[in-house]
Order: sequence, then structure tokens, then C-alpha cells
Amino acid sequence: MHETPLLSVRDLTIAARTMRGDEAIVRGVSFDVGAERVALVGESGSGKSLTARAVMGLLPRTLSMQAERFAFDGRDLRALAPEGWRSLRGRQIALVMQDPRQALNPVMTVEAQIGEAIDIHHRGLPRTERSERTAAILRDVGLEPSARVLRALAHQLSGGMAQRVMLAVMLVNGPRLLIADEPTSALDHALRDQVLELISTQVERRRMGLLLISHDLQQVQRFGDRVLVMRSGQLVESLAARDLANATHPYTRTLWSCRPSAQTYRTRLPVLDRSSDTWSEIA
Amino acid sequence: MITGTPAGPPASAVAITGLRVEQPGAPHPVIDRLDLTVGAGEAFGLFGPSGCGKSTLLRVLVGLHPYWRGGISILGEAVTPRTPLHAGVRRDVQMVFQDPYGSLHPLHRIRRSLQEPLQINGIEDTDGRIHRALEEVGLPRAVLERYPHQLSGGQRQRVAIARALSMRPRLLLLDEPTSALDVSVQAEILNLILSVRETYAPALLFVSHDWDAIAHLCDRAALMAGGRIHRLLQRADLEQPLPETLAP
Repeated sequence: MHETPLLSVRDLTIAARTMRGDEAIVRGVSFDVGAERVALVGESGSGKSLTARAVMGLLPRTLSMQAERFAFDGRDLRALAPEGWRSLRGRQIALVMQDPRQALNPVMTVEAQIGEAIDIHHRGLPRTERSERTAAILRDVGLEPSARVLRALAHQLSGGMAQRVMLAVMLVNGPRLLIADEPTSALDHALRDQVLELISTQVERRRMGLLLISHDLQQVQRFGDRVLVMRSGQLVESLAARDLANATHPYTRTLWSCRPSAQTYRTRLPVLDRSSDTWSEIA
Repeated sequence: MITGTPAGPPASAVAITGLRVEQPGAPHPVIDRLDLTVGAGEAFGLFGPSGCGKSTLLRVLVGLHPYWRGGISILGEAVTPRTPLHAGVRRDVQMVFQDPYGSLHPLHRIRRSLQEPLQINGIEDTDGRIHRALEEVGLPRAVLERYPHQLSGGQRQRVAIARALSMRPRLLLLDEPTSALDVSVQAEILNLILSVRETYAPALLFVSHDWDAIAHLCDRAALMAGGRIHRLLQRADLEQPLPETLAP
């Protein structure tokens, strides 16, 4: 990151309004994303998805957000009007979600779905060019733009194909930042690497920024450049992906080493000390 | 149907020969010509892609899927299609599902979910059994007064395991018990399953599409594809990384 980073966040706080007053869910998070692959990792409830949603301007209304700095390509997003967000979303920042079959419109064909994304940002584009762009983006994500694929509905696609279509919809307008929120956790293990490999190559080829949200550190090590570790709404560690095996924070170390494998046969896996959080809430 | 000699523990927890399972209305059988034996106290993994029939196999064993033919014997007792398991065996076979939210009644407090199987089976000292099971899975007694939606995914899966454990099963069927969970919570549940093995030594039939989880937990495993067992794997095979050619 030599020039202005794509995304710059300083001291981001997201709070829920409750009867007892505001309760912070994300607290003082700061990070930058340039044309690189940054992974945001942590357990469920650590605030990583909320952070990503804030970047898309998609926080639920019940939550409030504050930040010292919250800018995309130098443009302040804090006071952005809904129209501003609409021109940004899809065009500049795109989001790939966990379950493609839920994210895709169930009654739209693949062709219509990609076409809709094009229309939103390029109204009045000639029909031939629209189909050319659709075909090209499908090839980019490894799908042959045959009639069978173009006319398929979401339920006729396998999980892997559906996620490729989702990615095509997201990339077709050439965004500069891609947010991928657990893009492979709804997929079979064997497909996960394929889909991430695809996301990773596309991001690199297009010189985009990637914010990859995941709870699988092994995956992140292979497909990320930098890693931000979140726990209970706070950033606890920031390190290079290649240094993950030597992380210093105990939370990161546990997340790294708790994956089962043939080597851990009949042994106990390291677990997190939960005495401070959820458990005490119940007891 | 009670056959064989009651004396001594059965050598196998599950013995299946020539199993064919159908889905009414579907053109092809879900499972065809499947043979499988799981020893008493053995941890056996079933690995394969979505739709290969691994979850269906568990549903057949627990009596949730009646459309099958072939020979099945569970804990030494022969099973007949469309006939409930003999009460004793029924109690000895317990199942934990992938989605604990779907397997706990949303309007029942945890206490009721845990009490029901004990009462149905006429087990006395329900409170004692429930408290013991909660201790084993590391949950405080306060969860008894909670509803499923008030618990985290990992806590709900612990409740589901506590419910299965309270019956002291000799065969535990685990259908992707960790795939809806974070890796960190998965580690906790896998540790819990290991403790269950050490304490009660039930036979485990563990369905997963996570090769590493199977390699971590199982003594033997089978690769399933298209409703058949594609390859049987011994412990030594599980020590090897999954060959590309076998990946589902």
C-alpha cells in the first residue's frame, strides 16, 4: 500500500440500542485494505461479519455506527446518502455471501441475474454487448456460457456452480473491492479450495482488494496476504498470513491449532478458555 | 424379533449385508448393495460427497427411513423394515443430527427435551441422569430453564449430545455433528466425543464430509459414492492425506 488504501477504517464502533442503553458489539476496530487479500478471522459473534456489512453500508437500522475515519478510495462514507451507497455497491464494492443458493434469486435465470447486475450500473447498454459481457464473465469464473448454464435457475445449479455464478454477478461491473463473507462454508470440503482459488486469481488478475471473512485459519493462510484477528468485537492481532503458524496471541494460536487431523488421532484438541464470555452469561 | 444367544456382548455393533434403500418416487435407489460391519466400541467414519447416501444410512439404522431391503443387525439383533426396533435396542441406539437447532423442540425448555426420552423409556431418577449428562458435556444446570434459541450453536449441540448420552447408548450415530459449527467449537465437540469414547466406549458411526475430522476421530472409515461403499479404509489409510482420485 504505497498510495491511498482502497478502504481505510479507524476506530470503528458498532453498537446496538438496547433497553439498557447502547451496547458496543464492535469496538475500536482500525484497518486498511489496499489491492491485496486481507482476511478477517474470528469465531461466530466476534463482529467480523458486522464489520463487513458496515463497509457495504448494510447495517441493520437497529445498530448505530461511529468511526474516526471510514473512507473508500479517499471518499468519506460516514455521511454517504442512500443514492451514494447505491452507486458504490456492486460497482465499487461487491459482496459474496455464504450460501449462494440463498443469495441468488430463485426465479431468475443465470443470464437474467447477471444481466440485472449489468443494467443497474450500465443502463441502456446494447443487448449484444450485454450478452458478450455475460459470456465473458461466466468464462472468467470457469463456466461455459452454454444455453444450459444461461437458462439455469439457482436450484438447478450445484453448490460450487451457484457460487461461481454469484461471483460472476459480483465481478461483472468490475468492482475494486470484493468482500467475501465465508464464501465456502456452505460448500463441500473438496470444493472449498477450488472456489477460493478462483476468487483469489480473479482478485489478483483484476488488481482488486479482497476482504475475506473466515473462521478457518488454514484456508486463510493459503489464500490471504494479511490477517486481522477479531474476538468479542475487537481486533486482537494483525499479522502476515505466512506468520500464522507463529502467531503470538493465545486466541490466534488456538484458532490455528484446533483443526483436527490424522496427527491428532485420539488426542484432545486445544480449545479456547471461555470462562470469560458466553458461559458466565448462562451460569 | 429376538434371535441369537443373549449371553455376552455382540461382536459387532452394526452388521449390514446387501442393503438397498429407496426413496419413494425416485428412479434410482439411494443405497444399493451395501455391506458394512462396525465392531463394538469402534469409531467408524463415513465419508463422501453430498447425496452419496451416508446420512440416509444413519436414518435407516435409527428407524427413520423404512424403505429398505437386505440384512441389518444392530447390537446382535436382526432388524426388519417397517418394524420398530426392540425397545432395549432402540434405547441403545442414539443419534446426533447436524443441525442441533432443528433437533430440539423450539418451544420446549431444555429440561423437557432432556426429560422426554428418559420418561418414555421408564428410567427413574431422571434428574440425576440429566444432571450427570450436563456435567459430562460441560454445561451448567442453568441451561435447563432455557429455550434452544437462547443458546449458541455449540451449546445446542452439547444439549443434543447430552440427550443422547443420558440413554447410555451402545451405538451412537453422529450425522455431521460439527459441520454447522466454528472450527474452535468443533474442537470442543470433538473433544467431548473423545471423552464419551473413553467413558462409555459406544460404537460410533460418524458421518462427515470433512476428511480431517474423520482422520482425527475414527479407527476405520468407508468412502461412499453413489450409494455404495467405494473403498474401505483402515487406520493406516487414514494417516495418509486424502488422494485426489478419491476426493468426492
